[in-house]
Amino acid sequence: MGKTALIVDDSSSMRQMVGFTLRGAGFTVIEGSNGQEALDKLTAGGGRVDIIITDLNMPVMDGLTFIKQVRTRTLMKFTPILMLTTESQESRKAEGKAAGATGWIVKPFHPEQLLKVIEKVLPA
Amino acid sequence: MNLDMTMFHQAFFEEAGDLLAELENQLLLLEEKPDDTELLNTIFRCAHSIKGGSATFGFTEIAHFTHSLETLLDRLRNGKMQVTHPLSQLLLESLDQLRSLLAAARGETADAPNSEPLIARMEAMLNGVAPVSVAAKAPLPDAAEQEECLRHCVFLIAPGRAVLQQGTDPVALLKHLAAQVSNFTLRCRLSHLPQIEEMNPEECYLYWEAEFDTRLPDTELLDIFEFIADESELAITTVAGIFNGMQETAVPAPEHEHAAETAPPSAPTENAASALAKPEAHTLRVSTEKVDRLINLVGELVINQSMLNEAAQNFHMGRLPQLMEAVAAMERASRELQERVMAIRMLPIKHAFGRFPRLVRDLANACGKKIELKTSGEETELDKTVIEAIADPLTHLVRNSIDHGLETPQERRLAGKPETGVVALHAFHEGGNIVVEISDDGKGLDRERILKKAIERGLIQENEVLPDETIYNFIFHPGFSTAPTITDLSGRGVGMDIVKQAVVGMGGSISLSTTPGEGSCFRIRLPLTMAILEGLSLLVGEEVYILSLTSIVESIRPRSGDLRLIAGTSEVVQVRGEVLPVQRLYQYFGVKPVITDATKGLLVIVEYDGCKVALMVDELIGQSQVVIKSLETNYRKVDGIAGATILGDGRVALIIDVPGLLRNMSRRSQLLSAA
Repeated sequence: MGKTALIVDDSSSMRQMVGFTLRGAGFTVIEGSNGQEALDKLTAGGGRVDIIITDLNMPVMDGLTFIKQVRTRTLMKFTPILMLTTESQESRKAEGKAAGATGWIVKPFHPEQLLKVIEKVLPA
Repeated sequence: MNLDMTMFHQAFFEEAGDLLAELENQLLLLEEKPDDTELLNTIFRCAHSIKGGSATFGFTEIAHFTHSLETLLDRLRNGKMQVTHPLSQLLLESLDQLRSLLAAARGETADAPNSEPLIARMEAMLNGVAPVSVAAKAPLPDAAEQEECLRHCVFLIAPGRAVLQQGTDPVALLKHLAAQVSNFTLRCRLSHLPQIEEMNPEECYLYWEAEFDTRLPDTELLDIFEFIADESELAITTVAGIFNGMQETAVPAPEHEHAAETAPPSAPTENAASALAKPEAHTLRVSTEKVDRLINLVGELVINQSMLNEAAQNFHMGRLPQLMEAVAAMERASRELQERVMAIRMLPIKHAFGRFPRLVRDLANACGKKIELKTSGEETELDKTVIEAIADPLTHLVRNSIDHGLETPQERRLAGKPETGVVALHAFHEGGNIVVEISDDGKGLDRERILKKAIERGLIQENEVLPDETIYNFIFHPGFSTAPTITDLSGRGVGMDIVKQAVVGMGGSISLSTTPGEGSCFRIRLPLTMAILEGLSLLVGEEVYILSLTSIVESIRPRSGDLRLIAGTSEVVQVRGEVLPVQRLYQYFGVKPVITDATKGLLVIVEYDGCKVALMVDELIGQSQVVIKSLETNYRKVDGIAGATILGDGRVALIIDVPGLLRNMSRRSQLLSAA
């Protein structure tokens, strides 16, 4: 069965790019433009996805709050969550980790790099 | 996977355009509220998103520039710097630079201005407060030595207990490690396991010892576990090494291959070149709500159709009411569908208003006037093409108001007005049209000066008495400028006539009212869409033609005494003392006539650009909205025809292009008089 990924980013071009990459790798993709929308989509979709890839800087609900919220849900307790950061946000890695993120990928990245990181955190 | 990043460029450009517009609005607000942290956060986020996108999609110059901007904004956001006037000026200039960079990336302009001077200014601004700590990246450990030799390692991997709750699956990481090394063996250690009653199923108690051969440096192996490195115990012991010199050197080192795969996105020059080569795709973003309604409607249509089918197949007269009902339902659905489809192209006019806050601010600074911009009715929706076409004329009118209309603060004080002048943009619906008003509370148009200029240019006689309206409308004449001095902003005499042409070209009209000392107001009336035309259908012979209502002045039935032949060929008609050329449409279009006696037919008088012509038709049928179908895309361009439409009875009617027709007529009469 195919896996489902939830992509959370306020930039639609980023969502398109990441979404395209993941669909190409066989994922079903759900998108949210901010943390709140992503949580709603998660609930609407049965409360469970296989991996979450989230931006940090977003309006309405930022990425850190979103990650904390996700971790409170029993079904999502052990799901890998990757956060997208930029090199200028080195300190945010620690914050993200404390919030419950599994890993990070530094923007800009190539789709190929993203797939490698996903492969690393997602049980085959 | 070979992914072409250029396919996302269009999406990025659109998004960046939106972000820039928002950035501009917020920056202007920031000038008023320099301490608003929420505002600063939004501004930072906009810049941050542009940077992320441009870096990802390979626009390194934009990314480089936005990075400097972002650093500056971050400082502001954290309260380490204050928003000052020079700073906000610098931010706005940076915004303009970003816009140029984007235009260049899009291929609209060949080259963007150099960003370095601005970057230098931003850095100077940063340095003025605190020295920039350019965090020098720690030099990578010299791994060359390690890389060169094949080693046999034992890797102890003891993940922290909480890693599972963080979403990490240690097994996935181990598999990843196994995939990158050779002769991999793994031993699982159980010695950290607690008693079963103390065991928490959400914690990780296992640890592993992996043994393998590799050429990869330690750093790369540790990198696999980078996400859990902090809380885990990770130790690599090299048990044995084989120097490269002992091995055959011909074997290519695998890490080189690896490096090639993860090379950064393709060079930006290449991207820019391909962006130049591709014609820009015009896209329209539509809210999902609108699309959902359409899908609903289509669903309804399908149901209607099956109802019709059903009613028609087993038809007998007794079922006539049912059939009629089904037809009526279908009609309702298709009419609504038409409306909704048209609505897809509709955008709020704020897309055209958006540029004005900045423009007004800059102009006010440039000419030393105090100006407040008021906008209302921004949510009024207009066809996308109309919005794009109206932006420039609107800009011109706003510039005009600021430059000619509004007085300096001093003059205003003397006139007993508040120092700050008001320029107002107001959009609203009026009878199937959109009206946009551009008004100011300045000094109004100078009637005497316009009159003098009109006499100078020979538009009127010296002693002619004209209504005010006619006089004011002279400003729409080509090359008519009353500005005593040519300023930077306007007054080059290529103004109002261009505005009028643009508005009329869209099927709209422009009018003005002005009161000396109190201000002026320009009213632009626009059709809701350029795809639908308010037309009058005419009968010529057996053919139906459509004339746009906006070009019609009146229609008359001439008496025989009013008609005359000039030079034996050109027919004219006298209407209340005015002599107008007559064009028999059946002759113009080569249609077999039914009425050839003008006194039995009708003359429709049309006007464009001050020229009036009487068109002879057989009959007026009625007024209706018609959907314009392009003749060019379906057939070819025909002189004097603007397009075609399909009538209710399924026949095709041609829409007459009045400006084209007038051009043709004057060309012909010139040819005749030359001959």
